[in-house]
Order: sequence, then C-alpha cells, then structure tokens
Amino acid sequence: MSHDHEHDHDHSHDHGHDHGQDVPSDTALRVKALESLLIEKGLVDPAALDAIVDTYENKIGPRNGARIVARAWTDPDYKARLMGDATAAIAEMGYTGAQGEHMVVVENTPEVHNLVVCTLCSCYPWPVLGLPPVWYKSSAYRSRAVIEPRRVLSEFGVAVADDVAVRVWDSTAEIRYLVLPERPAGTDGMDAEALATLVTRDAMVGVAKVAGPAAKEGA
Amino acid sequence: MNGVHDMGGMHGFGPVEAEAGEPVFHAPWEGRVLALRRAAGAWRRWNIDAGRHSIERLPPADYLRMTYYEKWFASSIRLMLDAGLITPQELETGRRDPAVPVATPPLTADKVPVAIAAGGPTLRQTSAKPRFVNGATVRARNINPIGHTRLPRYVRGRQGVIECHHGAHVFPDSNSRFEGENPQYLYTVRFAARELWGEGAHASDTVHLDLWEDYLDAA
Repeated sequence: MSHDHEHDHDHSHDHGHDHGQDVPSDTALRVKALESLLIEKGLVDPAALDAIVDTYENKIGPRNGARIVARAWTDPDYKARLMGDATAAIAEMGYTGAQGEHMVVVENTPEVHNLVVCTLCSCYPWPVLGLPPVWYKSSAYRSRAVIEPRRVLSEFGVAVADDVAVRVWDSTAEIRYLVLPERPAGTDGMDAEALATLVTRDAMVGVAKVAGPAAKEGA
Repeated sequence: MNGVHDMGGMHGFGPVEAEAGEPVFHAPWEGRVLALRRAAGAWRRWNIDAGRHSIERLPPADYLRMTYYEKWFASSIRLMLDAGLITPQELETGRRDPAVPVATPPLTADKVPVAIAAGGPTLRQTSAKPRFVNGATVRARNINPIGHTRLPRYVRGRQGVIECHHGAHVFPDSNSRFEGENPQYLYTVRFAARELWGEGAHASDTVHLDLWEDYLDAA
C-alpha cells in the first residue's frame, strides 16, 4: 500500500465524509440509540444537549480570541493585565469556563514565534477559540509540532527566520495557551473592532501570521 | 501508560492537512457525542482525567483509525458502563431496564450556560511551598506508569529549566484512578529542543510543558 493511498484514506476518514449525507451512518444511528436510551432513563435532558451543541456551534469561537488580541494591540493597560494574568483579563471580556479555566497568553515578537499543541490529546482554549479544527487533533500535527515545528510552520506558509526562536507549548496540564500574534504593518489607523476582523484562529494557535488589510484573503 | 496517544516526536503520519472553511461539526452526530459526554458527565461519576484515560485505553489500532468524535463516543460508552449509568443489556437492546427508576437529569438546559462558563478549575489551595524556584534546573523522571499520566515519553529523563509555577493543581495520575486529587505544584518547564531531539534541532528552539512536582527531580 503506497503512502499516498494510506494518506488519502486517513484524510477522508478524518473528515467524516466517507458516509453519504442522505443515509445515516452506522455511527450516527448508534449515537442516536445511546441518546434515546439516556433520555429514556432520565440521565440527560434533550434540551440541555441542544443547548450545548448550540453553544459550541454558534456562540463560542475564534471571534472571541480575536477581540482579546485586538484589544491587547490597542490598549497597553489591557495588554499588561493579559500578560500578567490572562485568565482574569480574558474573563473581563466575558470569556471563561470549560477548557479555558487557566489561561496563559504567549506573545510573538520579531525574536520569538510561539506554537501551541497538545501531543497527548487535543487540549485547546475553547472559550477563546471554540472547538479545535481536525488538523489540530490530527496525529500528524500532534506528533510533529514538538520535533519539527519549523517544517510544520513552513507547510502552513509561515517561514521562521534562522534568528527567530520557536517556542512550542505542549498543553500537558489544564493551562491553556493563546498566542498573541504580531500586529501587522499598515494598521496604525485601525481601531480594535477593525483589527479583530484581521485576526485568524490559526494565528492564535501560532501556525499563521496576521496579514495586514491589503493582504487579507477571504479565509 | 505508554500508549499510542503519546505521539510527541513520532514520525510517519504525513503532512498536516488543514481543511478550508471547516465546520464546527462535520455531521450532527458529532455535536450530539460532545453534548452527551458533557451532560452525562454532570452525574460526576468520572472526572476529566478518567475521561482522557478512557480514550487512551482504546486499542491502539482503533485509536489511530477512529476520528476524534468516534473516539469520544466509544470511550463515553466505556465510562457510562463502568460508572453503572447504563448496563450492557440496555446498551444492546437500546431500552431502559424497567427495574431501575427513571432519574432526573442533573444538567438541564437552563443550567448549561452557567456550567460551561464555570468549567472545572483544577487549581487548589495548598499550604506546601513549591519545591523548585524559577530558573532551577530539573530532570523529568523516567517513569513508565501503566495508568494515566501527563508526562510524555519524549521528555522523560531530559533536563529542563523551571520557568514558573501555576500553583497547586489536581494531579491527573491519581485523579484518573479515583484515588484523590493529590494537588501539587504545577510548573512550566522549558526544554531546549536539542536536549530532546539532539543536534539536528535548532539551537534556539525550546519546548515548554506543564509538569507536576511528582514528575520532576532537581538536576
């Protein structure tokens, strides 16, 4: 079996596209059966399930983190609080809770590039970034980010110069990490609200830089 | 445990594949799995460390083959069976054992926002003094516990430097076995990439892990 073939298989499976949308997959049926059983036993409230899904699908996502970053870029006092006690400073903006109970912000500078991973599972700062994307949870990212971060970054299109140090943060405990990216050039006149639209999820994980307004793409 | 989940530094998983415009959930059942795990977790029959260990204990070939939410689903069933929330017969038939009274769900929809915003902080009060000061040189212990641990293989026996401590946190190794929280100081430890990976690594790169006192010795 060629590497490419194996990879293609993993890829389709990772993304869950191997079952058609019209016919419920075996897994979907089994999940439905478990849900029905738990509801029948009075163990879970179906409305609570809906509320949890709605929270993570619609209410919590990387826009939260982008607002933190944009405020840190425009409000030096806030940035000082954020770097000193990120949990409290992020709570000021209303973002707290599950998988963000203990936050640390790490700052990218001309000398340092930060990259966040969880090699042991998929720890990720949910209140500020939402649920992690599939690539963050993939075996490839988890295995490689700590041993060859520069190659991983180059595959994401980030070239790290030889005189820049790469700091990799492996989320082995309940501390969750958010990268404060560098503010791009050409944004001097922009306010926090406009700046937040430039900040991407990937930049806050450390696999991208924030592009200025002229270079910003649709993604 | 020295499981396949402990991926840091492994080779052979191929490139990191990011999906453009990735949805939060690739199918509705994924969101239901997340919600079921969370809602059933409100019974407090397990904790986050036991939950992580239930994923690690999946057979290695299954672990590598399954998607993230397939792993969550399979391990959730394991947790619910072990906790006695459901019986094997109920799982097989999909029907409630009529001998067991219908329960009242602890997590109702109105409580979901508060529960998510509160999360599960792991910081605990302690009267103990931290064993290591910032800047101290430490060595990660060479331990190979068969149960849950958050000390990845790739740092065991390696020397690092204490950057800071985060106070005393619940110790996952004992908590996962329901043997108590055993809170102890949690430190961010900086390892030189060359200490971990040899001369092929970049001289200025570092990998930072959050490690409990029981994982560390003075060096």
